[in-house]
Amino acid sequence: MAKTKKLTGRKRDERITAYMFVAPAVILLIAFLVVPMIYTVYFSGFKYQIMRPDAIKFIGLENYQKLFSDKNFWIALKNTVYFTVLVVPIQCALALGLALLVSKKFRGVSIFRTMYFSPQLTSMVVIAVLWSVLYNANPNTGLINSLLVSLGMEPIKFLSDADTAMNSIIFMSAWQGAGYQMMIFLAGLQGIPKDQYEAAAVDGATKFKQFLYITLPGLKGTIKYVVMITMIQAMKLFTQPYIMTQGGPKNSTKTLVYYIYTQGFQKGNFGYACSIAAVFFVIVVTLSMAMKKVTAATD
Amino acid sequence: MTKSMKFSAKFGKFMFYFGNIVIGIIFVSPLIWMISASLKPEAKIFADMDSLATFLPIQASLDNYAEVFSRLNMPQVFKNTLLYIGLILIFDLLVNSMCGYALAKFDFKGKGAIMNLVIALMVLPMEAIMLPLYIEMSQLGWVNTLPALVVPFIAKCFSIYMFRQFFCDVPDELIEAAAIDGSSPAGTFFKIVVPISKTVYATVFILDFVAHWNDFMWPFLVMTGEDKRTIQLAVQSFFGTQPVHYSAIMAALVVSAIPMIIMFIFMQKYYVEGIASSGIKG
Repeated sequence: MAKTKKLTGRKRDERITAYMFVAPAVILLIAFLVVPMIYTVYFSGFKYQIMRPDAIKFIGLENYQKLFSDKNFWIALKNTVYFTVLVVPIQCALALGLALLVSKKFRGVSIFRTMYFSPQLTSMVVIAVLWSVLYNANPNTGLINSLLVSLGMEPIKFLSDADTAMNSIIFMSAWQGAGYQMMIFLAGLQGIPKDQYEAAAVDGATKFKQFLYITLPGLKGTIKYVVMITMIQAMKLFTQPYIMTQGGPKNSTKTLVYYIYTQGFQKGNFGYACSIAAVFFVIVVTLSMAMKKVTAATD
Repeated sequence: MTKSMKFSAKFGKFMFYFGNIVIGIIFVSPLIWMISASLKPEAKIFADMDSLATFLPIQASLDNYAEVFSRLNMPQVFKNTLLYIGLILIFDLLVNSMCGYALAKFDFKGKGAIMNLVIALMVLPMEAIMLPLYIEMSQLGWVNTLPALVVPFIAKCFSIYMFRQFFCDVPDELIEAAAIDGSSPAGTFFKIVVPISKTVYATVFILDFVAHWNDFMWPFLVMTGEDKRTIQLAVQSFFGTQPVHYSAIMAALVVSAIPMIIMFIFMQKYYVEGIASSGIKG
């Protein structure tokens, strides 16, 4: 056992190589993730106007006090939660439904898979611009309203009405994102042993019962993972409202990240924006920890 | 009994196809409309709006594409985008695979701590740190320059994690054998492990290519110069620039999607596997 105390030449080589191998990544992670994270918290304790870097002043928790009495912050938080609470179940259920449609091998299955996945081949910017046009309130220039009118329905003001704007973004986002989660579900479905279905079919279980008692339990882990990534992604909502509604009408699509952007980059209230970012960070991390806990506890 | 079962099986199969076709068509119809509108004169787009002809490229021409290329400096935009993504990917694949390999195959002090750091930082949202990161860029004098788009995004926790998972499965005997043959630890990695690990490199490559091709927020914050624009910035600004022609906007959207579609055709297997494996392992 004396050998372990004294490193052999090869072991030493390995150790030096190991440090050389991890150093670039670790240095970059610290410089561009850890340091900015610390600074987000640090600057949130300051009154820091971007136009007046000389007038920076430590104010303790004042930014947070201001934040909790800021009506716009609560609106942004409410909108973000509303979006997340609706888009996560809709998008995940849609993704699961699509995965079930194309999980078996049949002639043309890859064509259908590609069809459901295709919105993922365009960026969110492209989708947001395209749907701004599709959602146009005028039935002569907006495709969806033109369709509604020809079906004898009233046109809907989708993005220009505070009551429908966020729902319109939710619908579009679920459509765009579902193909991604579908692929994850497809992999999960492959993991369920086929003989379980065969045994159930012999016992006379209907397709619906098979879904309820074999498919869903078999996908438990996958469902939790998909819900978690969709939820975290949903909390970051920015591109869609920025391009489609600029946070309007009547602030109905202003989200937390949008508010960080407005305060920090448009108004230059840097310290204040950092306090919003810090709160945003705590929410996202708490959510993902909670999800991990739930996953670990029930597995 | 068997006859009716056969019939119901056939009927079920028919309904299955029928359902897939209907849902599939509804699903892709916005994209078909986008492509068809990109080929039509604007007046024709509006004229066809209330009939199914709206999905067909009637009076097709490439005029809208010509308008996009004359109003947007597309070669420059593509060059900006591909250059920055290319640089990120070269360093991304190198730096993160080295780190992942060390975490998978070497014993050293601090290994556990680094592994924890990587996992903890995986949930850190970019949006929470963008303000100080921007200040960091401006202090380095990088705002509106290539390094601001590239350097902060080389190290990626998720890539490190993917590489580590893959390298853990490389048999130790292979590495031992190379060592006995006199290969140094670094030499073993570059000459023996990397060549047999093409799958994981291809997977990380395509996942990160897509992520950066689609990225809007960070380029939007740090690249304000018109000649510095990436593809998403060009598309977004084109949408708001007068004269607003639906026809040309649709053409711009299609142009910006073409590289992604090409990537998908060639790397579909790795892309889909990458998405799927994240679910199994996460």
